[in-house]
This record gives sequence, C-alpha cells and structure tokens, in this order.
Amino acid sequence: MVERRDPLLIVDGLNVTFDTPHGAVAAVRDVSFALGREKLGIVGESGSGKSQTGRALLGLLARNGRMSARQLSFDGVDLLRAGEVERHALRGRRISMILQDPKFSLNPVMTVGEQIAEAFRVHAGASRREARDRALAMLKAVRIREPRYVFDAWPHEISGGMGQRVMIAMMMVPEPDLIIADEPTSALDVTVQLQVLALLDDMLARRGAALIFISHDLNLVASFCDRVLVMYAGRVVETLRAAELHAARHPYTRGLLACQPRVDGEGADLPTLHRDPAWAR
Amino acid sequence: MNPAASVEATGLQVAFGRGRRSFHAVRNAGFSVGAGGSFGLVGESGSGKTTVLRALAGLLPPTAQVRGRMRMHGESLGAVRPRALRRRMQMVFQDPYGSLHPRHTVDRILGEPARVHGLDSIDNRIGEALAGVGLDASFRFRYPHQLSGGQRQRIAIARALIIEPDVVLLDEPTSALDVSVQAEILNLLQRLRRERALTFVLVSHDLAVVSHMAEALAVMRAGEVVEMLDVAALRTAAPQHPYSRQLLRASQGYDRAAGSEF
Amino acid sequence: MSAVRAWLLTDIPQSRRQAQCQRLFLAWLVFRRNGSAVAGIAIVATLVAGALLAPWITGSAGVTPDLGNRLHAPGLAHWFGTDELGRDIFDRVMWGSRITLYIVGLVSVIVVPIGLAIGVVAGYVGGWVDSALMRLTDVFLAFPRLILALAFVAALGPGLENAVLAIALTSWSPYARIARAEALTLRRSDFILAARSQGIPHLQIIVSHVAPMCISSVIVRLTLDMAGIILTAAGLGFLGLGAQPPTPEWGAMIALGREYLLDQWWVPAFPGIAILVVSLGFNLLGDGLRDVLDPKSRD
Repeated sequence: MVERRDPLLIVDGLNVTFDTPHGAVAAVRDVSFALGREKLGIVGESGSGKSQTGRALLGLLARNGRMSARQLSFDGVDLLRAGEVERHALRGRRISMILQDPKFSLNPVMTVGEQIAEAFRVHAGASRREARDRALAMLKAVRIREPRYVFDAWPHEISGGMGQRVMIAMMMVPEPDLIIADEPTSALDVTVQLQVLALLDDMLARRGAALIFISHDLNLVASFCDRVLVMYAGRVVETLRAAELHAARHPYTRGLLACQPRVDGEGADLPTLHRDPAWAR
Repeated sequence: MNPAASVEATGLQVAFGRGRRSFHAVRNAGFSVGAGGSFGLVGESGSGKTTVLRALAGLLPPTAQVRGRMRMHGESLGAVRPRALRRRMQMVFQDPYGSLHPRHTVDRILGEPARVHGLDSIDNRIGEALAGVGLDASFRFRYPHQLSGGQRQRIAIARALIIEPDVVLLDEPTSALDVSVQAEILNLLQRLRRERALTFVLVSHDLAVVSHMAEALAVMRAGEVVEMLDVAALRTAAPQHPYSRQLLRASQGYDRAAGSEF
Repeated sequence: MSAVRAWLLTDIPQSRRQAQCQRLFLAWLVFRRNGSAVAGIAIVATLVAGALLAPWITGSAGVTPDLGNRLHAPGLAHWFGTDELGRDIFDRVMWGSRITLYIVGLVSVIVVPIGLAIGVVAGYVGGWVDSALMRLTDVFLAFPRLILALAFVAALGPGLENAVLAIALTSWSPYARIARAEALTLRRSDFILAARSQGIPHLQIIVSHVAPMCISSVIVRLTLDMAGIILTAAGLGFLGLGAQPPTPEWGAMIALGREYLLDQWWVPAFPGIAILVVSLGFNLLGDGLRDVLDPKSRD
C-alpha cells in the first residue's frame, strides 16, 4: 500500500443535528479524525451516529438533517465550500458508498450488467462494446462464477451475497480513492460475509484506496480494519489500532467486548453494559 | 420414540409448491430435546432452520407439505392444533418491530392470550408477566412504537410466557438487537428457563449465541442436518463436518485466508 | 391546557383510555401540520354545523312556495336570492346539507362494513374463499355506477333511499379490494403469526387484529370517494331519480334552476357552489387522513 504524507480526508469538529417534532436532536457531536490510505472502522450501537457520520461525509443526510464542521476536506478540496457540482463530481468519481442492502442500491428495472456497463460509459467514457467487456471482466474480478449469466440477470434474481459483490464491482468502476461502506455485509451469511470482505480487501489493496467501514460488529471491524473509532451517543469515545482492540481503555468499548457471547464461553450469565451518563457528555 | 423427550422431530420434510416448481425447504431433519433442555439449530439463510421451527409451531402456510413426525411430550403435532396444545408451545420471533401488533397496547398484547385461554385474575398476571421480564408497571399502557427494540423483545417474551407454556421456540431472538441489549435478553431467557423449567428450541445463524444458550445443537445446510453436536464438544474439540468448521471459523472474525477457502 | 397536553404526551400512560387519547392526539398533531387537510376538515365541520343548526339559522324550511317573492336577486333579505317559487335559496342550501350528510352517512354505513368484511375475510382466509369472494367483487366492480343506479331506481321507484342504496351497492367493491390487499400482506406478518401461535381464534384475529389495520386505508379511500358519491347523488337528483321535490336536495335544485341559468344565475349557482365546496372539502380531508392513517406513507 502506498502511504502518503497528507491525510486523504480530514474531518474536524463534525456535527449533525436533526429537526424533529421534539426539537433538535444531535446525532453526531464534534467528531474529528484524519484518514490516510487505510481501512478505518467506525463502530457503535444503533443511535451512536456512526451511519450519520458516513452519510454526512457524502452529503446524503435526510431532509431534516443539518451538518456543520470546522474543517472537512478531501485530498485538498474543501468540502464545506465546494459547490454542488464539485461535490457531486467527487461523490461519483472519487468517493463511493456501499450500503447494507444491495436491493435498494441497484436499479430494479435495469439488468445487473447494464448497470455496471453504464458506470463504465459514464466514468471512463467507454464505448458500448468496450463497456460490456469491461463489465464482464469486473464481474469475473469479484469472483462471480458465471459472469455472462449474472450480466443479464435482474437485481431481484440474484442473492444478497451476489448483489453485494455486484455493488462492489460497480463502486470500483470509477476507481475511487475512498469507499464508505455502511454495514456492507450485515445482511449476509457469515461465510459469504467473509468472501465478500476478502474481495473488498483485495480490491482496496490493488487500488491503494482508503475505506471507512461502518459496522456494529466490533470483532469483525477489529479483524478487518487497521484502525477503529468507537462511537457512543454521537461522539468518538475511543480511537484504537485494530490489533490493540482487546487493550481498549474506555469502559464502553470494554463493556461491548465483554457482553458478546463466545463459542468458548462458559454459558454463565453474560456481563451487561452499565451505561454511565458521563460517557455521553 | 424417546419417552423423556419434550420435543421431538423425526425425518421431518417440508416442501412448498407442487410438481416441477416445488421447493424442498427441509429435506431431512430430526432431533429431540429433553424436558427442560435447550437445543439450538444453526445454519445460514436457506438452511431450513426457520422452517423447522415454524413447522413445530404449526405456522407454515397451508400450501406447505409436511412429512415426518413431530411430537411434544408424546403428543403428535399435526396441522390442526387444539387450543390447549398451542398453549403449551409458544414462539418468540426474530423481529421485535414486526411481531407486536402496532395498534395494540402492551396491556392488550398480554391480556388477549390470557383471556383466550380462560385464565383468571388477568390484571395480576399482566403485572407479573411484566415484572418477570424486568419491566415495571409503567409499560403497561404503552404502544409498541413507544418502546425500544430490547423492550419490545421483552414484551414478546412476556406474551409467550403469560400462558405458561412448557416449550418456547426462539427464532433468532436477538439478531435484530445491539450486542449490549442481546446480552440482557439472553440472560433474561436463561433465567426464565431456569425458573420455569422451560424447554427451548433456538434457531440462530450465530454459533456463539447458540453455544451460549443451548446444550446441544444441530448444524443445518440446504434443508439437512449435517452434524449434531454437544456444546461441550463444540468448545473443546473441533466439529467434524467441514461445513460446521467453516461456520466456526467464520464466526471468529475476518481472516483473509479463510475468505478464499470457502 | 399544558396539563392536558402533558397528560396527552407523556411516555407513561396510566390507563387504556389515556393510551387511546394519546394515539388520537399524536395523529391530530400530524394532521394539523397539513394546511389543506385542516381546510378540508373545516369545510366538513361547516357542513355538519349547517345541518345541525339549520332550524336556527334559516328563516324557513325552504319548502313552502311564496310566489310573491319569486326570483329575487341575492341581497340582504335573501343572501342567496330566491328561486322560481319564491323560496329562499340560502335556507334550501342549508336544509339540503342535511340531505347531503344523510347520503354520505348512509353510503358509508353500508359500504365500509361490506367492503371491509368481504376483503378482510378473502385476504386472510385465502384459497377458494378468496377466489369466490373476489369474483363476486369483480361482478359488482364491472357495473357502471350511474347506469346501475338508474336501473335500480327504475325498478324500485325514485326516491332518496333507493338512490343511496343503488350508489352503495355499486361502490363497495373497491373497498373490498383495498382491504383484501392489506389483509394479504398482514396474513404473513409476524404479529398475526404470533396471534395464531397463541391459539387466538381466527374470527378474533380477523376482527381485532387484521381489520383494524385495514380500516384506515378504507376510510381514506371513502373520504376521497365522497365527492364522487355526492356528485352521483346530485346527478340522480338532477335526473329526477333521487330526492323528489320539494325536498331541497342540491342536485335537484340545480335541475330545476337550470332554466334560469342565463337570467337568474343564482338559482342553480348556489347549490352548485355548495356541491363543489363540499366535494372539495372531502377530498382535502381524505388527503390529510391519508398522511395520518395510511401505514404505507408513514415511517
């Protein structure tokens, strides 16, 4: 992997709030991190703000959401001041997103192959013929055994694991520098999850691209990523090197680790998490 | 037939549809659980584990063709279940957001089954059922949308237990919950099993959850039981079947080498 | 006021009644944000108020001819003018709102239970019951509404009740279809499976678990259809097949007033405006209710 001096992405003091009938709700509070060419995991439970952080980076907040930050820059481009056109261009070409359920991300009225080919035509300016060939090659690259068959399949005809491979193939077409993956394998079976992650891993290594991996699964993130941000109530409570996860200091991280059942556990009651209101402050 | 068994299935087969388009969701499943025992069915999507559970619960659509034998305390579990038989076997569903009627209050959700089975002092029972799952009386008149996922699952458990069943079928009871909430629900289920001498049949894709909850388990793939295991054996010795080993390895986090083996 | 509000918004309701009131209040909060829906409910409320207060806000029942006062233009004495028999049009429109309400109420009372019962049973039970009930629904769906109403009235004789009956008989089928579609998806939902696994009898599941989930879309559809029902009733009245003179039914008033359209425009115009406004009101109300009640349009 190529290590660059300057961070690819700088997030400083990111806040996201939502206007609800019960008043403004802060979903993300003062989140800061710098991302190099690495795999960064963001972990937390539901409502911790991990997904909203990812969405805010892409400018994909719901209509009642507002974001602010002291600094938000991607490879030298100031995302806060960039115009709509510039941000849109970045989003398509240099930053990609993979979501949990491929069913919602694929166009249901276009065959799978056509969607990948279209991405090649739009992003690489390929001809129709060339786009088709490259799409087939891409399907082969994500280890789909019968690319021709899948090329002509409709999104509803393929399984979840297959759909997520197709999504990865599509996201890789514009050769992005940063991929934001929000629970990309949570809907998949564990064995399929492993295959899909291995594929994503290979693709990232080949491109030298960075990844933000958002997940609720602490063990998975720790075994897959280089670095982990642990979020609680909208804040980053701890940042760890993935290999040092089991030396976590924050009681929340330790609590999360402890309350997971284990195959080699003793079957006694699981420790539960006692939340300290001070964590959220 | 094992007379000590609380729940028993032998040579269970379930098919949907007819003729060429028929689909065998369960090809051959059999297991037996002793009274007060806890048995796990592990498998991935399409393994037929949930279909087995629904067949036991008598919740398959009328078009499903079921072969084989299912018994509870020696009584045959057929397609038509008398109400008294239903009462003895209850189910907790995977999705706590979908398993509670959105327009019914907790009071009604708990009171209705008690009334249908002709139980007395319903008010007391509702209070006890809530207390039993660790919720206070203030939850009684709330609607499901006013509850968190963990609280809903507690209500679903209270609903299953209010009619005092012997057997509880658990369909991925914590897979929709955060791990910290999962720990609370699993502890609650274990405590209730001890206190009320319940028999559990648990379905999960998560080997860790099953090995925590059950004493024995069956690994299912493509409608068939590929291996039966004692949890003790799972902990100490590696399982025999390659698929069980794959599941075990996959449950231990990401491993690039394992990713290309599968 | 704030105490009532707190009681309505607390997270810890103390009784069944409080929980129910809360649900209604929360629905009202959603409804209130929709401006046109509030306009709709205001119009419908005005209709109801007009009907209730007719004896006090009108000078006459609007049925006795007063030939000395024929065809007065709208003015202070007669806000909407008078018709060809010298009857005050404002009075007639007000009394006519009772008839409109009567039609609306009677049609709802017939259509909703029939449609809901047939649809929910068909959707929940499925199989041959579903096929049989849905073919029956198709038969009724295939009748052109006004033509069947004409035939019906021709057979049973003209009159308001017969007109309403004819309208109701031809309009329940879409409700059955809506209720069936909802019941079909509900049948597979976990909370219905949970009820079945608890041994709750099928009839109880249909009545207290499935039907309440279907009723909101039926009510929304009914409110949106109300304009059509009022217009059909007015059309029958216009053709002389609905309410009979001197009953101040709006459609019949337009029919009698159409001869004066050019010179004494107010005779047909005011009942026409009344039909327009009330139809609009029900439509706006229906749109608002859809936002509040329709489970599909909510989170």
